[in-house]
Parts: sequence; structure tokens; C-alpha cells
Amino acid sequence: MSILIDENTRVVVQGITGRDGGFHTSQMIEYGTRVVAGTTPGKGGQVAQGVPVFNTVRDAVRETGANASVIFVPAKLNAADAILEAADAGVELVVCITEGVPTEDMIKVNAVLKSRGRTRLVGPNCPGLISPGKCKIGIIPGSIFTPGPVGLVSRSGTLTYEIADELTRNGMGQSSGVGIGGDPMIGTTFIDVLPMFEADPDTKVIVMVGEIGGSDEEHGAEYIKQMTKPVIGFIGGRTAPPGKRMGHAGAIISGNTGTPQAKVAALEAAGVPVADTTHDIPALVRAALDRLLAAG
Amino acid sequence: MKIHEYQAKQLLAQYGVAVPRNAGIAKTPAEARAAVEALGGSGVIKAQVHSGGRGKAGGIKVAKSPEEAEKISGEILGMLLKTHQVPDGLIVETVLVEEPIEIVKEYYLGIVPDRDSQRDVLIVSAKGGMDIEAVAEEDPDAIARLPVDPIEGLRDYALRQVCYDAKLDASVVNKAVVFLRQLYNAYVASDGCLAEINPLAVTADGRVLAADAKFQIDDSALFRHPEFAEYAEENEDDEIEARAHKQDIAYVRLGGDIGIICNGAGLTMTTMDEVKRAGGNPADFLDVGGGAQADRVRECLSIVLSDTNVKGVLINIFGGITRCDEVAKGVISASEQLTITVPIVVRLAGTRAEEGAAILAQSSLIPAGTMQEAAAKIVTLVNGAA
Repeated sequence: MSILIDENTRVVVQGITGRDGGFHTSQMIEYGTRVVAGTTPGKGGQVAQGVPVFNTVRDAVRETGANASVIFVPAKLNAADAILEAADAGVELVVCITEGVPTEDMIKVNAVLKSRGRTRLVGPNCPGLISPGKCKIGIIPGSIFTPGPVGLVSRSGTLTYEIADELTRNGMGQSSGVGIGGDPMIGTTFIDVLPMFEADPDTKVIVMVGEIGGSDEEHGAEYIKQMTKPVIGFIGGRTAPPGKRMGHAGAIISGNTGTPQAKVAALEAAGVPVADTTHDIPALVRAALDRLLAAG
Repeated sequence: MKIHEYQAKQLLAQYGVAVPRNAGIAKTPAEARAAVEALGGSGVIKAQVHSGGRGKAGGIKVAKSPEEAEKISGEILGMLLKTHQVPDGLIVETVLVEEPIEIVKEYYLGIVPDRDSQRDVLIVSAKGGMDIEAVAEEDPDAIARLPVDPIEGLRDYALRQVCYDAKLDASVVNKAVVFLRQLYNAYVASDGCLAEINPLAVTADGRVLAADAKFQIDDSALFRHPEFAEYAEENEDDEIEARAHKQDIAYVRLGGDIGIICNGAGLTMTTMDEVKRAGGNPADFLDVGGGAQADRVRECLSIVLSDTNVKGVLINIFGGITRCDEVAKGVISASEQLTITVPIVVRLAGTRAEEGAAILAQSSLIPAGTMQEAAAKIVTLVNGAA
């Protein structure tokens, strides 16, 4: 098993004829993802990366049965609208890779998605997700992941790769990896993903990678208190100065909120070992797996 | 993007928000004198810098005559204004000249995007004129909040409720409701990510005015606001940051002596943390973004090195879909095209990391196997050289 995506996921790529959309479509197909359609308004009827292109997501869903979408539409071309288009076409999982979607747009999008209640959004400003050996959606490099028992959820892209790479090289594969994105207003947060890993029989240990800004880690920590599976934590930006945005739109300590101290304290209070450095994560995961083995 | 008080007031006034009468900005004492004359002989001289606490720091003064305006603005213009928010200080280049108002009550109004509710939230307090963070800590009940449903918009009853909850005087609630609605309209139409009126002043003559105004615009929305383009340049407080931002490079100057270049915000922050753990001081946060092509890396390196405090650079790149051997070639060619006198430690990880390391081994760049090792190496090189 895995969470959110697997070998049965049928993907439509929104913005497939763009440079990034095209390149990552070919990467996804190479990895084994079932990319069944692409969309670019005005280019319906063409073929891109061997995949049929439609004018609208509705057409793509009707013709190909796509049940997940990935968005490479640039922010300036209204990526927020692309999310709603996918939702209105009945797509269950929408993954928005696009960076720089205006906050006001995301507030509206999240309100609409919540009121309809049938589409899960991951992102925006995220690397996507991967269920190693089965499917990847987005821009995550598949080669550094391998199937295994570790569930990975993170607000960051390359930091996740770093950690996945260390885990893989230390012989610990992953059930799924989810990049939830670095923006302040995102569709899926830690408290959405943690219950999925808790329920997934193939996930034995979870690594949760947070960073400064907001309170999502604190909310995650609250949920972890009721989980049965061990969680290992990491927080990026422990030495970041307050009031400065660290690249991600959401990575900012404002006043008393979003501090790394509060996040580490909340996680530790929930019994989560928080690694001081990424290098320590494989050993902490190994120890948690060994305890599970010993407990039978 | 932060904008100045005078820009915020101009913007808000377009949406009907009540602000004190002003005679514009002045960049010289003579201009300030003329402005006070235009206001009828007295005025408030307010330093325009991106910081709160300007009054306490001596950046806001009342002039009772045009002569006094000239003298006071002569003192404020050009001064290094050190506030509790910006202890290093900011040079005052512009003052705003406003009518003096007689304040009988001070309130607080704010709008921010709230991550937990995923909505914009209006914040109202009867404790105006103070640091709202301090009020939140000492007297949380003095603050009332109204999360706004973006689809339904604002309801009058809800606006009244939040004003009553905040214990505003019943006599000003109706005016405050109008004010809040106009402020929200301005905020949404301008893609604000912070609007703060502190204080909202009730004057002796019964007006409800924005005595001060702080406004920030969502950087991600600037593409659809050409009207704010003129603000962008003059709102940079740091030259190097201004240069980087022009090229869409995420760069934050941090004041230390070890330059940092990484790909991805999370990895960059974590690399900063590692440098600090190893006993060093990061000079910057710089995220080169995806790909790490040679010309991009060269520009980033040049930006980092333009900070004259930098005594060494750490480049930490995770090659995912971009292969490390390509990144290595890019980094080498970038470093060869610049005159570099400081040590550069490079750590490459991910796809084809070994091939990348082999290429680096033939250059003058110092390779490192892990992020931790790279941090230790650059800190030793920089601190040893000091």
C-alpha cells in the first residue's frame, strides 16, 4: 500500500505543452506513472510526450478517466483557476506544483474546495508526491526513492530529497513521500497526511519535515499524541532571524508565531524525537524500526 | 512588499478610508516648511521608514510653525532612526507632513491572512497605540477577531459584533464598521498581506481616522498590480537584496561572513543552521532555484561575493532531476569567470553525486561529501583565516 497515489492513479497534466510540464511529464512516464492526458487550452487534439492533449480538464476526464491532476500552469496564467477547473471536472486529487500563487486566490480556492468536499489539493508551491515503485506526480526525482516502510511528509522539496536519499542509502525505503508545499495557504497540511500514514499498513515509521512559519507543525504534534506509529521530526530554519521571509512564502517568523523553538517543543511534548541535523534522521528511523521489530 | 505610511495612506484613501489631511511628502527642510505652510501653519513631521516605533525613536514630531517644521525636518531627514524593530537603524530620506490631530481615543485595527483558518482575519482592539503582540500576550481578551469567509464576504452585523467584542465605544462602532469595510476592500483589491491601522484615532472633533497605516502587498500578486511597480524599487532597504530580487533570486542578507548558495528554500535554511552549528555565521540565505545552470550559479556567486563581509562561500546543491555532474561543470565554469579570492566549499548530493565529485576534484573548489562536512570545512577555513 501507499497513500494518495499508486499504480492505479490516472494522471492528467495541466499545462503539458509548457517547458516544465513537458519535461516532467516525460519523467513521470519514465518512472511508470500512468499519465493518460494533458491539457492546454487551444491545443486540444495534439499529442505531447505521447499523451493526448485536450482543451479542458472536463474533456480529459471524460475521454481518459483521469482521477488525478498535476498543475504546471504558471501563476501569471492563473494556476488558481486551473485548480478549480480540475475540481469542477471531478478530479479527486489535484497537485499544484506552481510557485507564487497569490494568497488571496488560495484563500478563495481552499474555501471553494472545502465547500464541495470531494477534491484534495496538494500544494501549491510543492514538489508533488511519490509512492516509490508505483507512481510519482510532480517533480520529485524518482531515482533517490525506493520502496520501504518510511512515510515522508515535508514542507520542502530539496530538503525532502536530501532526507530520502540518506534513508535510501542507509537501506530504508519509503511507502510514500508527500511534499505539502512552502506557501502559507496550502490544500493539505501535516494533520491531513499523518492520519493517512497512520492508516496505511505499509507505513511503519513517519518522518515529518517542518520549517519555520505558521503553526502546522504544532497542530501536527497535537495529532501525533493519538497516533500508534512512531514519528521522527525535523525543523529547518532553526537559526533564521525573525521577520525575514526565507524563500518559501510561508517560511517567516512573525512576532511570536512560527518560531522553531515552539515547533521543536510541541513535537517533543508529543514524544517525537526531533533530529538536530538531517544526518541523524536515518539512525532515529532505524532505532524506531528496531523497537517495532523487538516488540514483534 | 512593505510600503511606506504615506503610500499606504494614498492607497487606502482611494477606497474611502479616512486619513488625516496631508500636504504630501518632503525630502528637504524647505519642502517640509512649505508643506506646513500649506496646512495652515502647523503640522506633524513623520519619518518614512519601514519600521514601527518611529515616534519613540524620535522620528515623529509636531511643528507649530513653518520655521519649526524646517528645523525639525532638518533633524529628522538624514538621521539614522534606530527603532526597537530595526535596532541597526534606517536612514530617513522622506518625511510625511500631516495635519495635527487631537486624539481622544486610540484603537487598533488589522487584517492578516490567518493560516490556521485559511482565511483573512480582521483584528480589532480597544487597546490602540501599543504593540499588538504585547497586548495579545498581556491581555488576550482585549483583542477580537473576525475570520472572513471569502465567498460570503463581510456582513455588517459581524463587523458590529467584532467591534463590540473588542469593547470599542458604542458611539464609534458605526463609524468603525464603515472604516473596516473600506479597509478590507482596499486590502483585497490590492492583494494585501498585512493592513494595520495603529492607532485608529477618534479625534476631538468626532472623526475616526487612520493616524498611522502599515500595509504590505503579497509579493506573489505583484504581477497583476502594475500600479505598485513604482513602489518596488524604493522599498528595498538593502542594495544587494535589491539586485537579487530584480532577477527573481531569493536572497536575504543575514550579516555574517559565510556566503551560502543552495537550491530549495528548506535545504538553504538547513544549510544555514548547519553553518551556525559548526560555529560560523551565515552572510546570506540564497536559493538558486531549480536547475542550477552555470549562468544562474555565476550570477548568484557574484551577488553573494558583492557582500564585502563574505570571507568564504558554501555551495550546497542537491541534484535531483538535474544531475550532479552537470551541476559541477556549471559551478566550476561560474567560479572561473569571476575573480575569486575566498575559499569555496562545494557539496553535491543526489543523482550522479560521485561523478560530480570527480569533476570538482580537478578544480580549485573544495569538495565535501555531506552538508555537515561542508559546513565544518568552510567554518574552519573562514574562522582560521580571521
